[in-house]
Amino acid sequence: MVNIAVLVKQVPDTNAKIVVQGGTRVDLSSVKMVMSPYDEYAIENALLHKEALGGIVTAITVGDGSAEKILKDAKAIGVDELIRVDVTQDMDSNALQHVLVEAIQSVGAEVVYCGKSAADTGAGSTGPGIAQRLGWASVSNITDIEFSSKLCVIAPMGGSSAKIDVSMPAVISCDKGNVKVRKANVKGIMAAKKATVQVLSANCPSSTIEIIRHSMPPSKPAGKSFQGGDSANEVARLLREEANIL
Amino acid sequence: MTTIVIAEINNGSIQETTKELISAAHSIEGNPVLIIPCSNASTADGASNFEGVSQVIAAKSDVFGTYDASAWADALDSVMPQGTIVAAASQQSKDLAARIAAKRNLSVVQDVVSIENGEFTSPIYSGKAMQTVRCNGDAVITVRANIFNPVSSGGSNSVQVVDTSGNVATAVREMIERASKRLDVSEANIIISGGRGMGDPSNFSHLEQIADVIGAAVGASRAAVDTWDEIPHSMQVGQTGKTVNPNLYIAVGISGAIQHLAGMRSSKYIVAINKDADAPIFQHADYGIVATWEETLPVLKAAFQSMMA
Ligand SMILES: Cc1cc2nc3c(=O)[nH]c(=O)nc-3n(C[C@H](O)[C@H](O)[C@H](O)COP(=O)(O)OP(=O)(O)OC[C@H]3O[C@@H](n4cnc5c(N)ncnc54)[C@H](O)[C@@H]3O)c2cc1C
Ligand SMILES: Nc1ncnc2c1ncn2[C@@H]1O[C@H](COP(=O)(O)O)[C@@H](O)[C@H]1O
Repeated sequence: MVNIAVLVKQVPDTNAKIVVQGGTRVDLSSVKMVMSPYDEYAIENALLHKEALGGIVTAITVGDGSAEKILKDAKAIGVDELIRVDVTQDMDSNALQHVLVEAIQSVGAEVVYCGKSAADTGAGSTGPGIAQRLGWASVSNITDIEFSSKLCVIAPMGGSSAKIDVSMPAVISCDKGNVKVRKANVKGIMAAKKATVQVLSANCPSSTIEIIRHSMPPSKPAGKSFQGGDSANEVARLLREEANIL
Repeated sequence: MTTIVIAEINNGSIQETTKELISAAHSIEGNPVLIIPCSNASTADGASNFEGVSQVIAAKSDVFGTYDASAWADALDSVMPQGTIVAAASQQSKDLAARIAAKRNLSVVQDVVSIENGEFTSPIYSGKAMQTVRCNGDAVITVRANIFNPVSSGGSNSVQVVDTSGNVATAVREMIERASKRLDVSEANIIISGGRGMGDPSNFSHLEQIADVIGAAVGASRAAVDTWDEIPHSMQVGQTGKTVNPNLYIAVGISGAIQHLAGMRSSKYIVAINKDADAPIFQHADYGIVATWEETLPVLKAAFQSMMA
């Protein structure tokens, strides 16, 4: 019986338009929120782990009450237990990891799956960060995994990739890879309706990183437009003479 | 305040981006200490002429032979002074930066694209917005490539070699040869990518031929990867593929969906070739060619060939 945790985060749908309100903060009030795409692969790998070696899978999210929706989504796919750590303020990586480590320790997990990066931060800091704090092994951006007493993962390595043995306990951050994410079935959806979320309160250290502002990306000056295949000659010339490339 | 730069190493040699990291560190404060993780101290020779560093330390350990996050973080932590640490925003160095930050109980700010008045700006929401932060105290920063001007190489530094070690937590069982010997998109300074508009996976050979002329990697959109078995996911650029930041990105037969832009919009120069003048990719292109790839790529290839000759 392996005690498996999977970390899931609520983020804006990747199709959503992002606007900055009042010139200082992103306004997400009318944006559809979903589970961060790579977390779906993390759940899939956690469920495969359970199926291979037996165990229990706990999905953990840190966020406000609205984040429980993605926990229910996780339940519908087959996760066993749901935990939300109740935090509403901005957290820097240090504070978030602190809180996650407490939650992981409270469930007694021996292996943690997470996404390679969250669609909002794009950071990829959480997996390696919590592994370090727990004193565990970690491999990031894995694309494949085999289960035995050790884990054997495939992950990028020096411009190529490698099969890597990882002893547990470990944190595994998941890229898309070859696994196909399963969909919720009717039974799962019914189970999710009835599922309860255990809410933990957090002992959250104050952040040392202060968000000063959000802004829209600098707009590029309008590019040059050409018609027809022959204009490739002109574009090649501009790449050398104007852009100083090549 | 001390700043520390961790050199970016690939196959035992110091990558050019390290010079950009030094210049990024100057935007924080003063000349940084340059740390070179190496298993062989001669790796550090490449840094002996870098300008703008206060000290060069070769952190020498067998653990630096293969990447192991835990061992690298241990081994570097024990040789680095306290201060703000700057590393490259490559996949591996972002992982390492997060580990080192956690080890020192610091926060990490990834993918920094600008440093001004002590404020760090990074893309968020896949580049749909930017976030500017201030760090109260030391932090670990990773910096995107092709943004800061590299320092010159007229200096003369002595390299101090320090032995170090760390606990290895993983073991490479075997390296997996890439199906293709081509450059990977995550390593390339020029990328030419094809989308569904290429019509057939065999047509990617036209992209490969151009890639060979200009030393580029070949990438793909998700539609291409999902539609054609011959195009592996390792080539995919975008939200659920790789984030790339090359000097030049050439998008061929790619519409420019928001999830594709997420992976490449911060490229320095973008060229788009698409037969549909209304394709969204053109709004992000520095040079847009409205034409089919069939009529464009042969001309482009010939032009590059005569330029590179
Ligand atoms: C959660 C999520 C994650 C995603 N992640 C990614 C990702 O990582 N990367 C990604 O790319 N997409 C991603 N997508 C998919 C994305 O939304 C688009 O579907 C995809 O990028 C479209 O690929 P495309 O531009 O090749 O195809 P299309 O949108 O079909 O565009 C093909 C283009 O080719 C042009 N064309 C056709 N024939 C020719 C010709 N002969 N010569 C020149 N031009 C021609 C057409 O005008 C058209 O613009 C994701 C979607 C979701 C929902
Ligand atoms: N607030 C959160 N709650 C739960 N898991 C999180 C949270 N933030 C990040 N994670 C996990 O860490 C991964 C990487 O996030 P990041 O480090 O922000 O890129 C995500 O894909 C999640 O698996």
